[in-house]
Amino acid sequence: MEIISALCLGALFGFVLHRVGASNPQKVINMLRLTDLHLMKVILLGIALASAILFVGLTLGIFDPARLSVKTSYWGVIIGGLLLGAGWAVSGYCPGTGVAALGEGRKDSIFFIAGGLVGAWLYMITYSAFKGTFLLDKILGGKVTLAQTPRESYAVLLDKIPGIIPALIVALVLGIIAWRLPGKIASD
Amino acid sequence: MTGQLNWLKGGIVLGLVFLLSVFFVKPIGVSTQFVILNGIIWNAVSGDLVAKNPDAKSGYSSSNAYLNKSGGKYAKNVAKPLNYSFVYVLGMVLGAFLSVITKGPKANSLDRVAPEVWRTKFGEKASLRYFVAFIGGVLALYGARMAGGCTSGHMMSGMMQTSVSGYLFAVAAFAAAIPTALIIYGRK
Repeated sequence: MEIISALCLGALFGFVLHRVGASNPQKVINMLRLTDLHLMKVILLGIALASAILFVGLTLGIFDPARLSVKTSYWGVIIGGLLLGAGWAVSGYCPGTGVAALGEGRKDSIFFIAGGLVGAWLYMITYSAFKGTFLLDKILGGKVTLAQTPRESYAVLLDKIPGIIPALIVALVLGIIAWRLPGKIASD
Repeated sequence: MTGQLNWLKGGIVLGLVFLLSVFFVKPIGVSTQFVILNGIIWNAVSGDLVAKNPDAKSGYSSSNAYLNKSGGKYAKNVAKPLNYSFVYVLGMVLGAFLSVITKGPKANSLDRVAPEVWRTKFGEKASLRYFVAFIGGVLALYGARMAGGCTSGHMMSGMMQTSVSGYLFAVAAFAAAIPTALIIYGRK
């Protein structure tokens, strides 16, 4: 059962990544060089909508809080994010969209994924050198959210107000940015 | 729903996919599975990378410090590749393929080697594009593992939960990706 749901949900994600154009490195590079913000609008609207429904669902008790999984904030998130950003811009792929591009039949994605395996392997063998360094030091307590969730083990930045309020405000702001951002921008 | 979706439809379906994954199982994440596939290959070659260990939280341990972390949860997934997260990523390949054969956007044979923005700047020679896609993959996955997640796990899944790690990652990724794309590809 678990395997079937994995296959179905994974297929749905791959299908949608392709349909929104995220597995197309042309669209990614054009977003990053600020000539076509289509994907940026898609990403922001997707986050805004998912977040709004998630927090409404958590408040109404429809969503099981045990399914949440907040990642730890530490310095490596920032430095790793910078490295990923560089690789993303160079290739036009990120890990998820590279996998979808493989299913789409893009040949360059094979080389991205091969490079990705090498990169992940390099981290596996260099990880012990980072242990005990600032790189793995937590920021703001580690597993921390902006808005309150029903999971008490997570630290909260805005811990005096019900989580749904800041969550909906952030979602609204992201949604408005998604709506107002231009699509194609003429290059001059 | 043929061809590439506009930003509104695209954002809505992308948001719903992330929501469905949290509702039924857990937030989407991809980059960890590059580590798991490495582990599977490594274990097949050496045979003693991961082993059952009743003292470990997951029941498995590894001679590699990275696979051994968090109670050996990665070691367990290497030992049992037929787990939810790994099959999910295989499902993504299938899903993108299904999108192509059901009238999704189609890449032509040149686009499948290198996106147009690349060909305009660097020509049609496949080997250069493949090499750079490989380097991009190394950077992206080394960074993703250092950060503990990628665009789907940190940016999309993280920001929808208002996780601070998601905001940190998103800002860092774009802060590196936009200048990199502008330098390499320019705006024209």
